[in-house]
Amino acid sequence: MNATENHAANANERPVLELRNITKRFGSNTVLDGVDIAVNTGEVVVLLGPSGCGKSTLLRCVVGLEDLDGGEVLLDGEVISGAARSQEARTRMGMVFQSYDLFPNLSVLDNITLAPTLVRGTPKAEAEQRAVKLLERVGLADKANDLPSTLSGGQQQRVAICRALAMDPEILLLDEVTAALDPEMVHEVLQVVLELADDGLTMLIVTHEMSFARAIADRVILLDSGNIAEEGDASFFEQPKTERARQFLSTFEFHRAGR
Amino acid sequence: MGAEFLFQGATIERLLGGLLVTMRISLFSVAFSIPLGIVMGVLFTRKNRVLHVILSFYLNFIRVMPQLVLLFLVFFGSATSIGINFSGEVASVIAFTLWGTAELGDLVRAAIEATPRQQYWSAYVLGLSRRQTFRHVILPQALRSMIPPCVNLITRIVKTTSLCMLIGVVEVVRVGQQIIDFNRFEYPYAALWTYAVLGLLYFAVCWPLSRLARWLEANNSLRRRHRERH
Repeated sequence: MNATENHAANANERPVLELRNITKRFGSNTVLDGVDIAVNTGEVVVLLGPSGCGKSTLLRCVVGLEDLDGGEVLLDGEVISGAARSQEARTRMGMVFQSYDLFPNLSVLDNITLAPTLVRGTPKAEAEQRAVKLLERVGLADKANDLPSTLSGGQQQRVAICRALAMDPEILLLDEVTAALDPEMVHEVLQVVLELADDGLTMLIVTHEMSFARAIADRVILLDSGNIAEEGDASFFEQPKTERARQFLSTFEFHRAGR
Repeated sequence: MGAEFLFQGATIERLLGGLLVTMRISLFSVAFSIPLGIVMGVLFTRKNRVLHVILSFYLNFIRVMPQLVLLFLVFFGSATSIGINFSGEVASVIAFTLWGTAELGDLVRAAIEATPRQQYWSAYVLGLSRRQTFRHVILPQALRSMIPPCVNLITRIVKTTSLCMLIGVVEVVRVGQQIIDFNRFEYPYAALWTYAVLGLLYFAVCWPLSRLARWLEANNSLRRRHRERH
């Protein structure tokens, strides 16, 4: 948690994460067609777009779960895409998935301490202390010794966020983290993410929760069929500049004829 | 009732002695099959063509072979082809290990492949190496899901060791037959009673195994609370 403050402190306006001309094809289908995005330190960028527009694929390309067909990913000005990604480079970005994907064989605490102890060589006791602090922060300290399967979806997702934060990532990527949750659990997870934003954590967020996006975004990017359709600040929601954006936003509204 | 012979002389002791042989063969076979099967299963999931062809051939070769033929092959084949005379028990352990390794290897392979891809993704973004991912995330999950089919395999091995009498091993069924032969004239129902006892003895061995499997499954969560040290 202190790490996020450290990152925020070195706000030299060079992007933490820079995506240059990211291109990704699945067979003959071009999913990402030369996307450029830069995320500055402490900035929260929200990626919006209809299903299948390539949002999730973009995040997967950034962390290295997909190979690029073109373009580069830069972290702190350093190209990390291309060759097989080192363990060290991978730990500098955190990612949380839609389906939480905690390790079911490990307790909540062990889920969080696994990577710090194995990859960083952090002493177990220190890693556990740190994990408990993270759990306290998301209100789950009492679940430390439970197995993930005994937790609700919302709780599991909060643990998944702790697990990612335990590696002090320079940027956190969230891929539709509430899409698999029951409505009443969505709020508790998004509340945690909002607090992270307040603490200055740099984030790139894919979401379908419009009110959340509006609340958290420093910048909004609308992705459509592999291209950036519109980019702007929070005013995007009130005054979209493009027809595509208007169209997209209207899909979240409902009107009954004759009223 | 005509079952008095069971309680005369050393009948019970002899049956238990035979059961000991049965269990000894089973135990050694399983003890060798588990580590070998895990190695085989892990190698199976490597994307190595040559390895895959060899292991598939081995698995299918063992699968199509009746256990009895495999037993004969090891017992008589080793003597004629490489000039080694295994005792019946050693040959049995070898044959059952060959079988157990193949079946277990396939179970391990299936369990590893059934682990959701998301588990690999999570481990990847956390920076775990392939080896760490396998050792700390994939294998523990795979092994846990393997407990029921694994116990099933062990009970099959225990039951199939009755074939060992055909290469001269005096295990529990063979002892039973000797007892029947000895008592046949005095006790016309000797066969019925003896086989009933044999059935009970197998039950006594296999039933606790399946109970154990159920207990392991149920208590896995509790066991995990005593956290593993990494």
